[in-house]
Amino acid sequence: MEYLFKIFRYDPLEDEHPYFQDFFFETKEKKSLLEALMEIRNEQDSTLAFRYSCREAICGSCAMVFNGNFDLACRIELQALESSTIVIEPLPNLEIQKDLVVDMEPFWEALSQIKPYLYPDKKIQEEGHRIEEKEMEKIFQYINCIMCGCCYSVCPVVSRDERYLGAAALAKLYRFVKDPRDKRPFSHLLGVNTEGGVWGCDTIFKCNEVCPKEVRPADGIEALRRKLVVEKIKRIFGFRR
Amino acid sequence: MISQDILVVGGGLAGLAAALSCDPRLNVAVVSKVHPLRSHSVAAQGGINAALGNNPEGRDDNWEKHAFDTIKGSDYLADQDIAEVMCQKAVSTIYELEYLGVPFSRFPGGFIAQRPFGGAGFPRTCYAADRTGLVILHTLFEQSIKKQVKFYNEWLVTKLVVKDGKCLGVVVYDLATGQIMPVKARAVIFATGGYGRVYSRTTNAYINHGSGIGIAYKAGVPLKDMEFVQFHPTSLLGKNILITEGARGEGGYLVNNKGKRFMDDYAPSAMELAPRDIVARAIQTEVDKENGFDKQYIHLDLRHIGEEKIKKRLPGIREICINFAGIDPVDTPIPVQPAQHYSMGGIDVNEKCASLVEGFFAAGECACLGVHGANRLGGNSLLDTAVFGKISGDEASVYVKGSEGTESSEKILLEEALEVKARIEEWEKRSSGKRVHRLLDRLKVVMSERVGIFRKKKDLTEALAKISELKEDYERVYLSGKCLRYSQELVNLIEFDSMLDLAEVITLGALNREETRGSHYRLDFKERNDKVWLKHTLATWKEGKPQISYAGVNISKYKPEARKY
Ligand SMILES: Cc1cc2nc3c(=O)[nH]c(=O)nc-3n(C[C@H](O)[C@H](O)[C@H](O)COP(=O)(O)OP(=O)(O)OC[C@H]3O[C@@H](n4cnc5c(N)ncnc54)[C@H](O)[C@@H]3O)c2cc1C
Ligand code: SF4
Ligand code: SF4
Ligand code: FES
Repeated sequence: MEYLFKIFRYDPLEDEHPYFQDFFFETKEKKSLLEALMEIRNEQDSTLAFRYSCREAICGSCAMVFNGNFDLACRIELQALESSTIVIEPLPNLEIQKDLVVDMEPFWEALSQIKPYLYPDKKIQEEGHRIEEKEMEKIFQYINCIMCGCCYSVCPVVSRDERYLGAAALAKLYRFVKDPRDKRPFSHLLGVNTEGGVWGCDTIFKCNEVCPKEVRPADGIEALRRKLVVEKIKRIFGFRR
Repeated sequence: MISQDILVVGGGLAGLAAALSCDPRLNVAVVSKVHPLRSHSVAAQGGINAALGNNPEGRDDNWEKHAFDTIKGSDYLADQDIAEVMCQKAVSTIYELEYLGVPFSRFPGGFIAQRPFGGAGFPRTCYAADRTGLVILHTLFEQSIKKQVKFYNEWLVTKLVVKDGKCLGVVVYDLATGQIMPVKARAVIFATGGYGRVYSRTTNAYINHGSGIGIAYKAGVPLKDMEFVQFHPTSLLGKNILITEGARGEGGYLVNNKGKRFMDDYAPSAMELAPRDIVARAIQTEVDKENGFDKQYIHLDLRHIGEEKIKKRLPGIREICINFAGIDPVDTPIPVQPAQHYSMGGIDVNEKCASLVEGFFAAGECACLGVHGANRLGGNSLLDTAVFGKISGDEASVYVKGSEGTESSEKILLEEALEVKARIEEWEKRSSGKRVHRLLDRLKVVMSERVGIFRKKKDLTEALAKISELKEDYERVYLSGKCLRYSQELVNLIEFDSMLDLAEVITLGALNREETRGSHYRLDFKERNDKVWLKHTLATWKEGKPQISYAGVNISKYKPEARKY
């Protein structure tokens, strides 16, 4: 089967504008989109730049957009695609460093802003926490996140408001808030009680649709909103312990 | 010039554990050729060993038994004192990881859950379903955010600079800018992982070229026990993505084309949970006897385990099977075959993770402390990265605080960087020659066909000849794409140098070692020979060639005996 790849090319130091370059790619075997890109690079143009590592949809390196879909190139099988023309673009909402390589810095910066680490109970250091599986199950959905950035780059709010933290970071915050071992003070959540935080989200759930690991990060955003509202009501009525 | 007290190379588990344990008053940074979360550690599935005794069947477990299993599993090539250190520290290491936030799976009562793994007398492998590596790596990365660890991502280290037996720093290729730069450091810790991609069938990530090991070797640090290459019994047919030993730990069967659980013929009491070298050989033997499917694979059958348990304990495996093989293990057996998986050998370091070069340390898969001997047990590598990663950070800190800088180091570092640059310019100037990806493909075939699970003199000798041909061809490589920014071709060109050295050292060690031990199986020397070969192989780069020597094994408590399972 022969495929036509139309690949986004841009070297900000050399090119005035981005452009699409055509590559023909023929294969009889089953190939992933990532394998096809690697072969195109090796055989046709070794300056073609893109990221990859694990080839098994767990490291989060190879997120990109093909024919308008956000996904991991390593888990997409060419043969399963409907069309033999494949348009490949880098993740939007992030600056392009070269071709399909984007600058993920704002994404990592958003993550570090939410204090993405456990606030453990200081007393139990020796033997670790004792927690039933049932309790831990509440966060399983969120620990599947591989930080691929699909949700961040599909998000319409990220694209128009640079303050907005995006779905992955907020879902990560919820992963900790919901962790039965986490003792972070409620005041820490006030940092996301803003337009740049949970109230920025327009709840159209594009992020949930594109997430390759079925994290449904916007569930976390909604849950954080509920928590903030409930706590506020509790405070107003003086129920706060 | 960028200058650090301690420079950690590698952002996988060993690297992050090292960085987190360095003295916070020192100026520490982590260099990695990919963002830390993209490191191969993220793919670890099955779990991490510690004798917590939480499993009802593991109540009598303790660290001594863990140490014994590790030593027996190593076919007695492990240094027993160091294996003991690892197993002794295992329990507190797990609780520390838990305390930092790792969401381990749990048993009723809220205890950390433990599953049986190969070669272990008790169920002692702690896990988080089958994404143990993901959750531990993310947790340590999150701790690095908390501790504000400095990262230089997408920097490839190309050279370790050593002068008069003392480490001065490294030379890096910065992918984003295309620049070659020296980085000064009073201590350098390599945590650069394994070299799986020297083989065609491997469970390792595409980026696992093993250049760290090769770079240390070229800087004069000996490599230890490199001929011991672990082949994992069960990788998914085709892409060779790992199917964790945990799948057998949860009760999975290995079945041949006659519908027989053939492990009965090889390890009648441990069955599917014999150590990896034994199971991998059994599978390959079945395939070679035409008892496999399509002359390539056998079945890993999980169907009897039931949908609920598969979804709960092995969700990642199920996802991999659906994504990459189009089958659901709930109702279809998984086609599996052995593949290269782990390197028992590596940079020769002592119990402090220190090498013979002053100020140069190594930890994790790239290092060889001698804990895994001739065969590593499943679940012991994550433990190794956590325990020795930490020790390397502690020891490097102690070293830096007690040492003085070298005055002329900047000048030497600059010269070394210029040398690297000159080499790249030469590749750039050439308009034709050999393409590195083709050489790499050839190397992989040589290693898989001749230095694989079963070895013999003729194959190994031929492999060495082919490796020298490849070395000659490497002299004529060129850079076809003339842009140095984000050039994967350049990365490959630089790392291939190391891959050739590793291939040579692995093969030479294997050729010399005329016995069978652990993962090293010689068809022409089928017995273990303790009289002659109970010793570590050391390979040192001298005058452009590996020079082989041997070193004793620490045998304290456990006298070598026949290994039966
Ligand atoms: C699929 C799979 C599953 C596994 N499952 C388990 C398990 O369940 N239990 C277990 O105990 N073990 C398991 N292992 C083994 C274990 O995961 C690895 O041995 C361990 O994670 C290695 O960690 P590391 O930190 O040493 O190296 P890695 O995680 O490979 O990290 C290496 C780091 O070094 C960097 N690097 C390499 N070279 C350079 C260079 N030249 N310049 C700059 N940076 C460089 C890389 O960017 C990376 O950050 C598994 C292995 C595989 C392949
Ligand atoms: S639901 Fe919220 S976070 Fe998700 S894409 Fe829409 S705006 Fe972005
Ligand atoms: S939530 Fe999903 S899409 Fe977003 S970073 Fe995590 S894995 Fe990727
Ligand atoms: S290469 Fe790791 S997610 Fe695709």
